[in-house]
Amino acid sequence: MTTRLIYFAWVRERIGLPEEDVDLPAGIETVADLLRWLKSRGEGYEQALQYPDVIRVAINQEHVEHREKISGAREIALFPPMTGG
Amino acid sequence: MTGAVVPVVRIQSQDFDVAAEIARLTQGRADIGAVVTFSGLCRDEQGTLSALELEHYPGMAEAEISRIAAEAVQRWPLQGLTAIHRHGKIAPGDNIVLVVAASAHRQAAFEAANFLMDYLKSRAPFWKKEHRADGSEGGWVEAKEADASAAQRWKPSE
Repeated sequence: MTTRLIYFAWVRERIGLPEEDVDLPAGIETVADLLRWLKSRGEGYEQALQYPDVIRVAINQEHVEHREKISGAREIALFPPMTGG
Repeated sequence: MTGAVVPVVRIQSQDFDVAAEIARLTQGRADIGAVVTFSGLCRDEQGTLSALELEHYPGMAEAEISRIAAEAVQRWPLQGLTAIHRHGKIAPGDNIVLVVAASAHRQAAFEAANFLMDYLKSRAPFWKKEHRADGSEGGWVEAKEADASAAQRWKPSE
């Protein structure tokens, strides 16, 4: 199943893409698994996800914790802590 | 007793008119005794900043602020609630965010506006990038620990 990944702010800049569609390999069950896998995909990913703990994640446009399962996610967004307001 | 209040949430690049937004909540009714507004503006940081660029997550920005606003309406007896957040390039002195809370009495309006801003700061998907006055590349604004703890204080105590 294809999942859309969306990136914002410095995560987007470091990865070099605003979004991409990926086929997640078997064994990627949680958000933490996804971050680990992404980090190994190249230099930009490595830079963006160097400190995975600071990365905030939303599945289908709702905030989730890193332990959350990602099965069935259409859209997963990765971004830094928010600075609106 | 009136029906449940439906908060107004708007994400837009254009400016907003504070007086018009207050009027939208109060016009034609006489049961509102208190209106609290909060406006957030872009600072120039002692002349070093030429603009802020606000990036947002379309769709989720509306959804998340609506979730926070719905919680505020549940927790406080409000007659109206509006939250407007701008995106795009914003010059020093210009508006970024507006919250308007209307209630019969002031306490609920003050608290609801405060709650909405605290949560919006740490949960609404917006990111600020600085444009510097000297033309050099500005960085992404870092999230403040104080904003995260401000949101924490609204959690029910154990």
